[in-house]
Amino acid sequence: MVELLPIKNNELILRSDIPDLKFDDFRKALLDFTGEAGQTGQIVQFFAYPDQGDLKLLAVLRSDKLYVASCDAPAKFTSLTAESEKFNLFEREMAEQYGLEPEGHPWLKMVRYHANYTGRPDIFGNDYSSAIPGNYPYFKVDGEVVHEVAVGPVHAGIIEPGHFRFQCLGERVLNLEIQHGYQHRGVEKLLQTVPFKRLPILAETIAGDTTTAHALCQAQALESLIGLEVDAGSSRVRVIALELERIANHIGDLGAMSLDVAFAPPAAYFGRIRGEYLNLSQIVSGNRFGRGLIRPGGVTKVIGPEQRELLVAKFAKLTPEVEHVNDLIFSAPSVLARFENTGTVSHADAVKLGLVGYVGRACGLPYDSRITFPTEIYGELPANSNHVTDGDVCSRAVVRREEIMHSISLINTLLAKPESAGSYLPARLKLAPSAMVVSLNEGWRGETSHCLLTDAAGQILRYKVKDPSFHNWPGLAMALRDEGISDFPICNKSFNLSYCGFDL
Amino acid sequence: MLKVLKNRLEQGYRTAKYPKQPITLYERFRGLPEVNRNCSVEIIRRCADACPQAAINSDTGQIDLGRCVFCGFCETLSEGEFVRFSQDFELAAAARDDLVTYGDLPRLAEHSHKHFKKLFGRSLQLRQISAGGCNACEADINVLNTPFFDLSRFGIQYVASPRHADGIHVTGPISKNMRQAVLTTYAAVPSPKVVIASGACAISGGPFYGSDEIVGDLNQLIPVDLYIPGCPPHPLTTLHALLNYFK
Repeated sequence: MVELLPIKNNELILRSDIPDLKFDDFRKALLDFTGEAGQTGQIVQFFAYPDQGDLKLLAVLRSDKLYVASCDAPAKFTSLTAESEKFNLFEREMAEQYGLEPEGHPWLKMVRYHANYTGRPDIFGNDYSSAIPGNYPYFKVDGEVVHEVAVGPVHAGIIEPGHFRFQCLGERVLNLEIQHGYQHRGVEKLLQTVPFKRLPILAETIAGDTTTAHALCQAQALESLIGLEVDAGSSRVRVIALELERIANHIGDLGAMSLDVAFAPPAAYFGRIRGEYLNLSQIVSGNRFGRGLIRPGGVTKVIGPEQRELLVAKFAKLTPEVEHVNDLIFSAPSVLARFENTGTVSHADAVKLGLVGYVGRACGLPYDSRITFPTEIYGELPANSNHVTDGDVCSRAVVRREEIMHSISLINTLLAKPESAGSYLPARLKLAPSAMVVSLNEGWRGETSHCLLTDAAGQILRYKVKDPSFHNWPGLAMALRDEGISDFPICNKSFNLSYCGFDL
Repeated sequence: MLKVLKNRLEQGYRTAKYPKQPITLYERFRGLPEVNRNCSVEIIRRCADACPQAAINSDTGQIDLGRCVFCGFCETLSEGEFVRFSQDFELAAAARDDLVTYGDLPRLAEHSHKHFKKLFGRSLQLRQISAGGCNACEADINVLNTPFFDLSRFGIQYVASPRHADGIHVTGPISKNMRQAVLTTYAAVPSPKVVIASGACAISGGPFYGSDEIVGDLNQLIPVDLYIPGCPPHPLTTLHALLNYFK
């Protein structure tokens, strides 16, 4: 731990204070931190960035504290993934973004299918003038009776594009490979180059159902870099918005999971009730997804007496409905028969992969960044805890049910306090030069994080976005091993990961 | 069984009576903007400069609804002097130019191609293509199948295969990695077919305009018949568009 600098969530750090190690020491420090001995050691951020013509690596790690370190990036380096799966996607991403080569990476393949930022030869030998299909080395199981199922990118339902490749023996899935990149929009590049006024709009649309968590990360990071304080009333509005987002998404998914196991009534009820919560977000922000609400410095709309009354009344009406429909789902033997022992990810695998959010919690990893690295007024609010943690679809569903009720109680607590939010009018503002900040918030899927670096002129040098899905997609691939392929929909729904949050 | 019945009774019948009865959205909802044509040039310029989407014409003061993400900043900045966002959710248009407006839009029912009404008015099957967006548009299209909106009572359905479809409903800024899939899916839809561009991304690239990684404008690839603005379009915006364009 000597070589890593302890930092706080949203703390302004001078880049000159970040330990600048030799690569071998950096590698050893990271592996020690995340290795067997430090089982709780996980990665928050790990990326490459350009610094005056050279490339550097930066890592933000967490246990019960946050730590940061950096080093010069060798063009080729000994892979960390070879010793710890936690680094898998991070190393592939830096190979794709900057043309660095992690030698010995057990499965070096593309992440999002785009040319690297440095003009170096492409690590994967891709020519990006040709379209994505056929340029990906899918894992294949050979054998006369083995068959391959390909799904996507255009899916049957109204959902995001992604590709799933199953190797099957009859109904049994031997391996699921998930291939992304279809929604790659170049978000990080945009965030690093667009005028300041476009930043909040981009943050809100990284992942549409995670508008609030990403907007919060950006606002907090910028507040730190600019030196802005947010008043308690605005903090309350932000927390209410984030918890409303959590409730709406969990309710929608529990309904959809019920539909996936052919239990239609809760699907219909929760489908409608989710809309009720989206309409509450609309009452607060004017938009069903909470857009336009969170900006650096505060919030653009207050929760005044009228809004508070509407929210309190709706909550009083909806809470028993939510309880009853949940009870309907979870007491149906046919539902439990499908949910239990399906799509199980072991605790050991969850630790190895670094799963976050409710997926991690359902596997017995209790990490919740609202508790460990609280932002806004989360430090004053009671924590949630989960007790059904067997790593199967049922555990994930129960955890989400508990989170709904916990979020409802948090919002009720906050609505009971007198409101006094300041609304905020953004102005032209300067960022601290040669600085770094990392922001973590518990989005509804899990740990959402933005990491910003500024250069000597106070311009954004690197804007790294990490959606919780970046950790969790490999968890879904593991959950499908040895499952029946017909259980894929509920496994997928029980994770409900973001394609666009991953693709950026 | 008893639990199912108990819940059924508690949930009751919730389908909205729209369009027979109008729906009024909460006052904070930002729908069709009403631009003050007598606004001073200075205020217009200030709003145009501040607009993150370059959606405001700094000379005329018109707003391009195809670029607008309805963030409301221009209303806040000008304290309502330049524009007020109404709660009118009826925003769709058949022609791209009609989206550049002071707040008046041609009535969609009269403007749409009559032959689409004849072909699809009683039964419309759409294939949704999510072409690289943030998924909010998709979420608020999906919700049309929930009981409050109950889309299928109008004879409109989203189908699983382009082969079963009468047209495509595209969301997202058409990322480069989805370009091929959009074109292939469109080709797989039997003619006659209709093309809907939904959300700021599909109309103008939305928040991602200027990125190298997107096409940014569906009309560049395939001629668009119906434009539905929003970020995302409110479900009622989509519902109004579908009902008025096709029925």
